[in-house]
Amino acid sequence: MSKLIVKNGRVIDPASNFDGVADVAIEDRRIAHVGQNLNAMGARIFDATGLVVAPGFIDMHVHLREPGIEHAETIETGSRAAAAGGFTSVCAMPNTIPVNDNATVTSYIVERARQFAVTNVFPIGAITRGSEGEELAALGSMKNAGIVAVSDDGRPVMNARVMRRAMEFARSLDLPVIDHCEDLNLSSGGDMHEGLTSVRLGLRGIPAASEDVMVARDILLAQATGARFHVAHISSRHSVAMVAHARRLGIAVTCEATPHHFVLTDEMLAAYDSNYKMKPPLRSHCDTGAVIDGIVSGAVDAIATDHAPHPGSEKMQEFEKCPFGILGLETALGLSLEHLYHTGKIPLSRLVALFTTGPAGVLGLDRGTLKPGVPADVTIFDTECAWTYDVNRSYSKSKNSPFDGKRFRGGPVATIVAGVVVWQRDRQAG
Amino acid sequence: MMKGLLGIEQLERDEIEAILARAKDFQPLQNQSFKRLDTLRGKMIVNLFFEASTRTRTSFEIAAKRLGADAVSITASGSSVSKGESLVDTLNTLAAMRPNAIVMRHAASGAPYFLARHLPIPIINAGDGAHEHPTQALLDARTILDNRGQLEGLRVAIIGDIAHSRVARSNVHLLSKFGVDIVLCGPASLLPAELGQIAPGVTLTNDIREAIRGADVIMMLRVQLERQHEAAFPAGEYFQFYGLRLDHLALAKPDAIVMHPGPINRGRELSSEVADFQRSVILNQVENGIAVRMAVLERMIGEQTHC
Repeated sequence: MSKLIVKNGRVIDPASNFDGVADVAIEDRRIAHVGQNLNAMGARIFDATGLVVAPGFIDMHVHLREPGIEHAETIETGSRAAAAGGFTSVCAMPNTIPVNDNATVTSYIVERARQFAVTNVFPIGAITRGSEGEELAALGSMKNAGIVAVSDDGRPVMNARVMRRAMEFARSLDLPVIDHCEDLNLSSGGDMHEGLTSVRLGLRGIPAASEDVMVARDILLAQATGARFHVAHISSRHSVAMVAHARRLGIAVTCEATPHHFVLTDEMLAAYDSNYKMKPPLRSHCDTGAVIDGIVSGAVDAIATDHAPHPGSEKMQEFEKCPFGILGLETALGLSLEHLYHTGKIPLSRLVALFTTGPAGVLGLDRGTLKPGVPADVTIFDTECAWTYDVNRSYSKSKNSPFDGKRFRGGPVATIVAGVVVWQRDRQAG
Repeated sequence: MMKGLLGIEQLERDEIEAILARAKDFQPLQNQSFKRLDTLRGKMIVNLFFEASTRTRTSFEIAAKRLGADAVSITASGSSVSKGESLVDTLNTLAAMRPNAIVMRHAASGAPYFLARHLPIPIINAGDGAHEHPTQALLDARTILDNRGQLEGLRVAIIGDIAHSRVARSNVHLLSKFGVDIVLCGPASLLPAELGQIAPGVTLTNDIREAIRGADVIMMLRVQLERQHEAAFPAGEYFQFYGLRLDHLALAKPDAIVMHPGPINRGRELSSEVADFQRSVILNQVENGIAVRMAVLERMIGEQTHC
């Protein structure tokens, strides 16, 4: 029977309100105990002195690109990047080729992940067939095959009637409905956030209203249907306000924020660098401030990366031809520490919750905690270590990140999935 | 030495003044029988035009030749671009031919920035999408100066499809640096409110009469249907509300001049009478285009010690 003790770290387990120096004992791939001076007889020791020991981080919004787009990322490379970012679980968005809209594709992803992934991979199923927004996908059989939520991420359901039916059906299956809220008519042709910078640069704008009108629509539909509705990568101040308001009314609405939407603004696009091109677009200072306020107030449940690998050749084009999206897995914790914790906006326990109990709660996963008996997924990180992100040494197959070369204060140190250390920072390399 | 000319926005005022002064030196050349200098003898300039253009491309070619440089023009339809070569590959190929500068016109905003990031050669922006058209603003300023003597204190109305106009953006940045009172005018769908904050001294109006009132310069823009992806105003109503007619001119200063970057659409943005109006300086703008581009090319390339 394999036994691992993570010794002497600052254990933060928001689910049990625990925050103190302790040991975490892992036996048989599950958490056995959290306590003081646990008997290490016969166990391997991981010395976590001076480090934070947290439940395994969950990234509920990742594009692994497999099947079909393996030149950009695979389940294996994406999961390795996840592990190097401190994530023990990732949710795979369904916009693969073919789209994950039936149990066969879901089973394929689950099987490939079992063979090649170093982290847990939870597939998200499409809402509609081919994510074409018309006919509902096989939600029930996909649920049986392992999906944890449904979403037509990136190709949002424009027809409100279809969305209503999807919410009704998802509710009966107890699946959350995740929407990439974007009115495709309002955003059509846009390359960046509509505002002073887009006007200056002569780039076509994506108005914040294109997000807001869909958040409003979906909140009303969630209220009408009783479904659990989750806003993906919330980015506009009005959307944050509407989500907070809906929650006060008792509507089952949750949301996630990506690090780039609270760290970067549209002004970063001044040099037409496509590594700043994503959807939703980087918005104004007011919007990033509102996202951070939402994180502080609790309106935002989770931090997710929207990790979106694109090969270099696709990002090396005229700005308007470049695809949307950036890598996110390996920089999420460092950015969150820098902008949320080191700035004093939130305590460390809240930061851990945004990566653990937050997403686990949205998805109904029995993870994100160190309670005895749960799978031994543990994230060990340092709030102070200095390191530099070198995108050319990333585990991801793609290199599209605006954070290449950035110096970080704090980041992941080791990632344990089901009791196995799947990644550990090379201290020499820094 | 400045490396290339990507836009007016980041240029210093004294840099602009130097180019405009040098362009004035080149103006008399236009009337000489022998028009050629040899300032740039042995230099090679590639004119890379990914978007149709007659006047700008020709103007750059003539400017290069008058300075004694060799100019090669490549247009998208006749190049490997139409065979599916990516922009970065086209550029690398051209760079390997070691030109002393590349003059680039592209339909995508920011394309010259992309080029400048990848090549160590001076890039001269000859118009990028809806972003900037720096030599147009310089030749417009030269034309205004020829008629007015100074820019400070003037009132300039720019009327038309501002949202899609690189000419408007470059002119706004240039004129603002000289303390000009700038009025931008067009239908709301072509006049985003943020334009009011793009540079100091800019005001916005949807009323053409208000824009023209008291103006020293009236700059009309072409309606860029090719850049509009939807109907921005009711069909057929443009000229009625935003076309410049002779009777409008009475609202302007008595000696106001009318400018247009061309090509003009008679009956769409200005009436035929206005196009032929004696105080229309549209053809002076074309002439100044050559002088200004000579000044720019000389400044970008002439001071290079080696390349």
